[in-house]
Amino acid sequence: MVVRYGDTTAVDGVSLTVSRGRVLSLLGHNGAGKTSLLQVCEGFRRADGGTARVLGLDPVDDHDALMPRLGIMLQSGGVYPWATAGEILRLFASFAATPLDVDMLLDRLGLRKFERTRWRRLSGGEQQRLSLAVALVGRPELVFLDEPTAGMDTEARHTTWRLIEELRADGVSVLLTTHLLDEAERLADEVVIMRSGVVAATGTPAELTAAAGIDLLEVRADPGLVPDGRLADLKVTEATPGGYAIAGALDAAVISDVLGWFAAKDAQVTAVNTRRRTLEDVYLALTTGEKPTGERPTGEKPTGEKPTGGNTTGEKAKVAR
Amino acid sequence: MSGVFAPAPGRASMRSVVASQIRMELTLTARRGEAVVLAMGVPLLVLLGAGLTEVTNVPGDDRLAFVVPGVLALTVMSTAFTGQAITTGYERSYGVLKRLGASPLTRPGLLFAKTAAVLGLIVVQLIALAAVGLAVGWRPHFEAVLPALGITVLATAAYSGLALLMASLLRPEATTGAATLIYVLMLAAGGIMFAAPDLGTWGWFVLPLAAHAEALRETLSYGRSVPTAIWLSLGAWALVLVTAAARKFRWE
Repeated sequence: MVVRYGDTTAVDGVSLTVSRGRVLSLLGHNGAGKTSLLQVCEGFRRADGGTARVLGLDPVDDHDALMPRLGIMLQSGGVYPWATAGEILRLFASFAATPLDVDMLLDRLGLRKFERTRWRRLSGGEQQRLSLAVALVGRPELVFLDEPTAGMDTEARHTTWRLIEELRADGVSVLLTTHLLDEAERLADEVVIMRSGVVAATGTPAELTAAAGIDLLEVRADPGLVPDGRLADLKVTEATPGGYAIAGALDAAVISDVLGWFAAKDAQVTAVNTRRRTLEDVYLALTTGEKPTGERPTGEKPTGEKPTGGNTTGEKAKVAR
Repeated sequence: MSGVFAPAPGRASMRSVVASQIRMELTLTARRGEAVVLAMGVPLLVLLGAGLTEVTNVPGDDRLAFVVPGVLALTVMSTAFTGQAITTGYERSYGVLKRLGASPLTRPGLLFAKTAAVLGLIVVQLIALAAVGLAVGWRPHFEAVLPALGITVLATAAYSGLALLMASLLRPEATTGAATLIYVLMLAAGGIMFAAPDLGTWGWFVLPLAAHAEALRETLSYGRSVPTAIWLSLGAWALVLVTAAARKFRWE
């Protein structure tokens, strides 16, 4: 998919597929192209290149047939400022053939006490929760959530996460954008990291962290030990006197080898700690630095990315086939 | 698993979808009481001021026969055009239209609901103002009410079309400014408080408010028929503006 605004290319050849009943998280900085991609999938604009198929339909041409099957949470606004939370949710419920129970949804999202509060008097987090409720009330088979937990407090965020997990368990497909790493790591079956309109990496959270492959071994021992040929494949730094950070392909055998080396040096080892790379490390490694200039995204393959099939070629975005 | 969220998508009957939307539109209109008062207040002031005192020169001897139909026409313009343009402009800027666009409510469904809500409001306002007119001595020809209603529906369609068109093309602040300006210009030149500038038959095509007011005067006050040029004028305005609005209407 390609999306342009004048001379600016917001989405530059992104291909992705959301499988039915799965959660795909689009991860990226502001301006990475996440919302533009959603806008096309939601039928608000046409792609300038490539195609989008949502539940097998064209989001623009088949708008009327598609909308009852989707739950859409916009990034902000979208509600009559003078309507109350209860009125808004009941309005959207009344559009659906078999809506969820409005009272249940108000309770689940902690909105019951705001039922008679007008939208403009709700806090940002409360508005977000109501928007989420509006997206879900029609019992959609696919939901688009654009930064669903932005502005929510910790408790509301966890409530929302549990809800999204429940959606997935109940067979609802979810495409969510976020720039929260823990959100993606917790919820997503698949993560697509976008940067400057292209796909920087894609895979399950575990694949992305494992593929980055830079598990870290921290050893505290006597200061001033100089690594020799036995540790040639590893990067050893003594950040503080006696505090060694060992990076590289660290499996059990290698770790045992490293400790053997310390033993061979007669060193007094007082602490050993392994640190696994988080999605955050991967994300930061992929999304900071120079913007790729004028390159086709298909040519860009970050080191350590596991090919997950068809994600970096072709020009199609398919959502929940 | 609970299965609470197990997908069961589908649109309610279009009839109930539109009915809900109409109810919401009316609820919100009632909630913005000041807008309703404004839409009624200015016409009411004009009715009592120009109808009962000699503050302006009106053609003919019967001031109420001239002023009351003009006030009714002004109210239609105020609600269908000015009010609706401003409301719709802000609904777009709040993202309300976008959100509704991403719901089972279709575009024709929304336009129909908006039009129906506006028509309902206009009916209430016209009955109230006509009752005030009757109370102060206006004596209309009730047998001419059908053509008067017909021409009013055409005027409403034209004003709604222009309102939705402007709200689609301009930013909300610009829409508010332009809609208010047009309202004031029409109030001044539309033949409400004093005679409209005499532009001959073409005047009916340039000043839809004057045309509508004149049609209501001819029918309700004098029991005559609507001049053909006015049918043509308001019919043309309605056709052009509704078509343009439907083409240019944007959710976002």
